[in-house]
Amino acid sequence: MWDYTDKVLDLFYNPKHQGAIEDKGEPGIKVAVGDVGSIACGDALRLHLKVEQDTEKILDARFQTFGCTSAIASSEALIELIQGKTLDEALKVTNKDIASHLGGLPEAKMHCSVMGQEALEAAIYNYRGIKREAHDDDDEGALICTCFGISESKIRRVIVENNLTTAEDVTNYVKAGGGCGSCLASIDDIIASVQQQAVTPVSASLNTNGQTSAKKLTSVQKIALIQRVLDEEVRPVLIADGGDVELYDVEGDRVKVILQGACGSCSSSTATLKIAIESRLRDRVSQNIVVEAV
Amino acid sequence: MQKNCIYLDNNATTKVDPEVVEAMLPYLTDYYGNPSSMHSFGGQVKKVVNQAREQVAALLGADESEVIFTSGGTEGDNAAIRAALLAQPQKRHIITTQVEHPAVLTLCKQLENQGYTVTYLSVNRQGQLDFNELEAALTGNTALVSIMYANNETGVVFPIEQIGVRVKEHGALFHVDAVQAVGKIPMNMKASTIDMLTMSGHKIHAPKGIGALYVRRGVRFRPMLIGGGQERGRRSGTPNVPGIVGLGKAAELELLHIQEATAREKKLRDRLEQTIIATIPDCEVNGHSTQRLPNTTNIGFKYIEGEAILLHLNKHGICASSGSACSSGSLEPSHVLRAMGIPYTILHGSIRFSLSRYTTNAEIDTVLEVMPGIVEHLRALSPFKNDEAAWLQEQEQAVIGARG
Repeated sequence: MWDYTDKVLDLFYNPKHQGAIEDKGEPGIKVAVGDVGSIACGDALRLHLKVEQDTEKILDARFQTFGCTSAIASSEALIELIQGKTLDEALKVTNKDIASHLGGLPEAKMHCSVMGQEALEAAIYNYRGIKREAHDDDDEGALICTCFGISESKIRRVIVENNLTTAEDVTNYVKAGGGCGSCLASIDDIIASVQQQAVTPVSASLNTNGQTSAKKLTSVQKIALIQRVLDEEVRPVLIADGGDVELYDVEGDRVKVILQGACGSCSSSTATLKIAIESRLRDRVSQNIVVEAV
Repeated sequence: MQKNCIYLDNNATTKVDPEVVEAMLPYLTDYYGNPSSMHSFGGQVKKVVNQAREQVAALLGADESEVIFTSGGTEGDNAAIRAALLAQPQKRHIITTQVEHPAVLTLCKQLENQGYTVTYLSVNRQGQLDFNELEAALTGNTALVSIMYANNETGVVFPIEQIGVRVKEHGALFHVDAVQAVGKIPMNMKASTIDMLTMSGHKIHAPKGIGALYVRRGVRFRPMLIGGGQERGRRSGTPNVPGIVGLGKAAELELLHIQEATAREKKLRDRLEQTIIATIPDCEVNGHSTQRLPNTTNIGFKYIEGEAILLHLNKHGICASSGSACSSGSLEPSHVLRAMGIPYTILHGSIRFSLSRYTTNAEIDTVLEVMPGIVEHLRALSPFKNDEAAWLQEQEQAVIGARG
């Protein structure tokens, strides 16, 4: 039997926000629905949001979940985390927040928390009229895991967002590789590729150019270096996910960027800023750098 | 730790019979001699090992010289398959089924990497084999056919003797994994086509870690475990005397109770199954309606997931099992139900109830009392309500398509 926390069991046995929200055509109110998963894969979540249009505040949220204990508990946890928030605030909720709210999930069940995050994103995309097909998810990129229908771009995204380092981690987070296992070698390759993108190009060129952290960069050198890090290390990962980033301005250590494509309204945009961009620039350029989206 | 429960997971393991415990105890305390020793302290233990061999042979309808004690089902399956291949090095083909226990399937996959060819026979929606497929697969190069007697998940029973006749016509050895069948179906190896048969103690109210392999007299056997030459050189290693004594006693009790116990279990199982099907909508039995073990029912509850059902049952002190992925370490649902072509709508919500001679009427009543509420509660949470749901159909087809 899985080692579930008391919180997981409590929310599983006593969910309070199950069900659907009917769109009654109330003025100023919009109901949005987000679907992820499938019965074939063994878990599915339909998230319903009732949103006040003026403020974009979530007035009510409900879930319908087909899945195991942790899938149902993750759905209830998601609702508890987003009730009363604005859509922008809700988009900052990550799968890690869901897992933390539950007091943790077994590693092999982390995909349930990812499902919660994705359903939220899907519902908000639907609310905003953004076609999900344009985003990273399962429709773009090579299909890596045929058992669960998971693409390379989705695997790349979950690796970057959660700092995953093994194929087993990837399986725990998105199920890829958890079926016949024939794609595990490909997942290893993707992890290696992401890791290589994260460390190789600029650090190598830094050595070539003799620029080290001990030597203070001029403003021009600093901006040029930031631009190179973004071009060589950050953008390939974001583009693979259907997004992009553009350098807008640099004021001292404040780096202003414009998130584009899928990243512009992605639920993980905060994580993208902090993990994929800021931490990278801190490693490569200066520990004091703060990245902001404009 | 939970001590008392309504235990309906007897295909996983069974309660050790108190008479078995009693029979074993002296060999854990006072009589600890090694049966291979020359002194009388060990020699007296050898006598009880031989007695247990006779008891097991009686349950199988075999001669005691044809019984090798093992550590359980997995060792028995592995030893039989490897022995058959080592004894016929010129033959490189194995036939088995898609629904075997991993003790057979995983070994066969490994053997494929070692240059053997393996045919995995398919099953139909009722879990039964197609004889034409078996006939077509058998060749002069077939060293071994290894087919289970009864399936552990669905209880479906294969027509083993009919299969054996065809296997013998082609000169292959015939191994049967009978871990789930022994004690539930009368065995008579003397009148059988089976060359080797695996059984396990903990499925028949003996302890875990003990089992037996029947090897027909005259079948060439190359041992997997070599060393001190115990078990007439066919399974080296100091015998697990308390376990062997327990297995012997359990075999004696099974033989004593088999008719009455299986009839009683079947009655209880049928009441459980028929009442669930009659009172809970959208559920169905997975497996053949009659060619099934008397103690097993596998029921698929549409639109809900197995682990969630199990946890609710657990809250009521009821132990069962599920074919869903989430209740196991794997992310893939039951290979048995998938091989049968059970739709995902049913497969993920499949629950196995397996009874024993200890199961009572009152326990079945309790399950019948709580089950409708559990299903109703989980269906209220589910986004899938009927087969016509566009989302359900779309997604099911998409994944099936991707898998090819």
